[in-house]
Amino acid sequence: MKREIPLFLTAVIGLFMIVSFFVPHQWVSVPADFLQQCAVIVVAFGYVLGGANVLRVSLEGISRRERDWPYKLVLVLSLLFTVIVGLFVDKQRWQDPGTISLWLYDNVYSSMQATMFALLAFYIASAAFRAFRVRSTEAALLAIAALIVMLGRVPIGDAAMTAIFHHAWIPHALRELKMSPIEEWIMNVPQSAAKRAVLIGAAMGVMATGLRVILGIERSYLGGGD
Amino acid sequence: MQAYRPDARARGVASSGMLWSCALLLACACAPAVSRAALPDALDTTRTYLAPAPATGLEFHDVENDAGRGIDLHWKLSADDRARSQAVTGYVLERAQTPGGPWAVVDTLPRLTDSKTDDSVVRDTPYFYRVSVLGPGGPTRSLAAAGPAIARSSWFNTTRASVVAFVLLFFGFVLYYIYSAQSGHRPFVRRLAGIDAIEEAIGRATEMGRPVLFIPGVQDIDEIQTVAGLVILESVARLTAKYQTPILVPVSYPIPFTIAQEMVKSGYLHAGRPEAYDPDSVRFVSPEQFAYVAAITGIMLRDRPAAHIFMGSFFGESLMLAETGFSTGAIQVAGTANVHQLPFFVVACDYTLIGEELYAASAYLSGDAKLVGSLKGADALKVSIVIVIVVGCLLETFGVHAFTAWMTTQ
Amino acid sequence: MNLAFLEKLDRRWLFLVLGILVLGPLLHPIGLPVFPSEPVRQFHDAIAHVPDGSRILMPCDYDPGSRPELVPMNKTALRQLFRKHCRVVILNLWPGGSLLTDQTLESVAQEFRASGHPLVYGVDYVDLGYKSGNEAVMVLMGQGIAATFPRDMRGNVTADLPLMREISNYSSFPLLVNISAGTPGTKEWVQQVNSRFHLPMVSGCTAVSAPEYYPYLQAGQLRGLLGGMAGAAEYEKLCGEKGSATQGMDGQSLAHVFIAVCIVLGNVIQWSKRTGARS
Repeated sequence: MKREIPLFLTAVIGLFMIVSFFVPHQWVSVPADFLQQCAVIVVAFGYVLGGANVLRVSLEGISRRERDWPYKLVLVLSLLFTVIVGLFVDKQRWQDPGTISLWLYDNVYSSMQATMFALLAFYIASAAFRAFRVRSTEAALLAIAALIVMLGRVPIGDAAMTAIFHHAWIPHALRELKMSPIEEWIMNVPQSAAKRAVLIGAAMGVMATGLRVILGIERSYLGGGD
Repeated sequence: MQAYRPDARARGVASSGMLWSCALLLACACAPAVSRAALPDALDTTRTYLAPAPATGLEFHDVENDAGRGIDLHWKLSADDRARSQAVTGYVLERAQTPGGPWAVVDTLPRLTDSKTDDSVVRDTPYFYRVSVLGPGGPTRSLAAAGPAIARSSWFNTTRASVVAFVLLFFGFVLYYIYSAQSGHRPFVRRLAGIDAIEEAIGRATEMGRPVLFIPGVQDIDEIQTVAGLVILESVARLTAKYQTPILVPVSYPIPFTIAQEMVKSGYLHAGRPEAYDPDSVRFVSPEQFAYVAAITGIMLRDRPAAHIFMGSFFGESLMLAETGFSTGAIQVAGTANVHQLPFFVVACDYTLIGEELYAASAYLSGDAKLVGSLKGADALKVSIVIVIVVGCLLETFGVHAFTAWMTTQ
Repeated sequence: MNLAFLEKLDRRWLFLVLGILVLGPLLHPIGLPVFPSEPVRQFHDAIAHVPDGSRILMPCDYDPGSRPELVPMNKTALRQLFRKHCRVVILNLWPGGSLLTDQTLESVAQEFRASGHPLVYGVDYVDLGYKSGNEAVMVLMGQGIAATFPRDMRGNVTADLPLMREISNYSSFPLLVNISAGTPGTKEWVQQVNSRFHLPMVSGCTAVSAPEYYPYLQAGQLRGLLGGMAGAAEYEKLCGEKGSATQGMDGQSLAHVFIAVCIVLGNVIQWSKRTGARS
């Protein structure tokens, strides 16, 4: 029964939600809206479960003095400090100027987030230098397209084209050549065509996976117990 | 309402309809800002304005294909409501359940607006509507009320008929190929090098005595890629159980975290080594994208897993994870349907599953006839879609739009 | 010349050069010219064609990670809307972003107040704050926005705010302006709201996710698209502003050139190594 009841619920609710897409009548749409609201509430409660797991794993690691336990200590202290400040010190006014929560958000959370995302630029430079190899005609085409898009996206691309081609001895048609229209064409035509094909294929995969779960063909997520 | 901001521009205007104007504006207390915001900037406060001409031709229609939640209303603009005119500042739409009132304001709208959907109606209830025109010269009521308009619930959204057809076609294909596969006609599935590489990677981790790191993406369970990643996790856990290699599964959201625990447990159970399952091998980290990245890169650099398997939905963190993983020398296998992240994985990982290959992986790994049959069903629908695209393009080229109209959904 | 030794170059040298190239122009701007592209022009025009005084729904789905790319375009869009006397309702489906978007909104409102246009919270703009649930929230908003967000970011009862009394659901808006850093974001708003409720929308997004939205732009599901800081700088140009995106374009230009050089150099090293091995 541990497996049958979840499978039954999955099938009934899954098929009902599919039907609700086609049947707008209140007998279907009202329960479907209710289920949507339930999903929001269940997701919100899931965070309690996740928070408890973080604390359990970290506290066990600290008590056993596992390798790198000081990092776990920092995590637990930061977590508890933020929660206690938010719940008991700043309370409802946590977003007002002068509160500890706002200070943490502006000076710790915000800065760390922006720093982490900014690292991406450095990783891209490293990957471009190390891994982007032209070993075939296709790879050469890819590299040329990449260079055009990269330079066409920023003002320096057009500025460079002007500097190169804007001379009296160059034919008039070439003199007006800019990189940004070529970049826009690459983005709008070959890029979009390939992307649509992959998206349609992926959508088929989404439907197939969804159907497998709803029909109970894919049931490994229920675990191995009976 | 005036406590929010008194409207000085509206106060200096004289009109014979001032009292009625005040009454109506008070009745429209829900939206004093509309009339203010709708006033043209260069209103000449020295001149006296006449009340604007009324809006005419109010028509109503029940919104089709809904649950009886809306009535569409259209009217002809006041003759004084022109692009550069200052005579009209907006419209007030009112409704009542009898032609004689009492009237309640539905909405106030900016000038040059000639339609509105009233979606605050109670289904199967008759309503009468009227539109008043607001202007610096005072408001002008419409000459007659329109009604009764009744919002009724529909049993079928006819604009989604094409979607029903494709869903039924898809169900038909899948069920047929599942039946066919169970009857012994096993469909061919091409080799997926990325999936084959997973066993090789786990074998290498076993040889080196290091753990395997599995990342099921950075999205919640409502993202189907996360589901696909977790299904692959079960097969990976079976292999790690078989080779007696530790597995680490840091998860970013709480619901996938509990499912990941079940998946790993199931993998160990099916491999015949339930006692080897370590509940701490699956950890909740954080739904914060970059906190999650920091935690994973920390695990990569400190625990030095020999194999990194990324299966699911990834965003800006894909290259950070894959490049950090590359620097540790681990074998890396990735799979995602997020097309814009694929280039990052392709350059930094040893093998990459592209788009739908991610969804096919669980069927490929398990070899289960039913799962493989569903793959074949998806392929058959894809062929149908290619045919529809070609036919649609040809029809549009020759000026036949009926097919496109049928395919357009609401 | 054998360049094989460069293959083992410590990647931190690359990081250093890139850092200098980005930092340099911020300290000493070059002032490269910016030319608006078609998707950016469409974004600008879509807002320009909305009737003055309209109510605009603006989901800002990002957090501080995307601040440099998305806050400049968010501010420019708010300025364009407020100049047209539009009333703006913002919300955020990213848990870490609601404070940032509230600060962004308030800073633009403050600019207008300082220049003699006293925008009032609750009348001219409302911040609904964060709600968990991603696509489920989008669908619920279709049934009623005040019911989906019973209280706003500042703890007011949403239904009591004058602006929100005019708003029932998506039909109360002529345009949705989405500022998106990923998921949930533009893709989900197109799928759940534009497709189902037919609310016209435009999107400003991070550069990395912009290519994903081009099919939506071509299909008319998006009326305009701003891609990353470059899109924001072009948009600033169209609005006659010279904000932080325009300032950042010099650094970004040099960074792009450097990455292009990295690709070329990486391949030259590879060829030199192969030639060396053959000889």
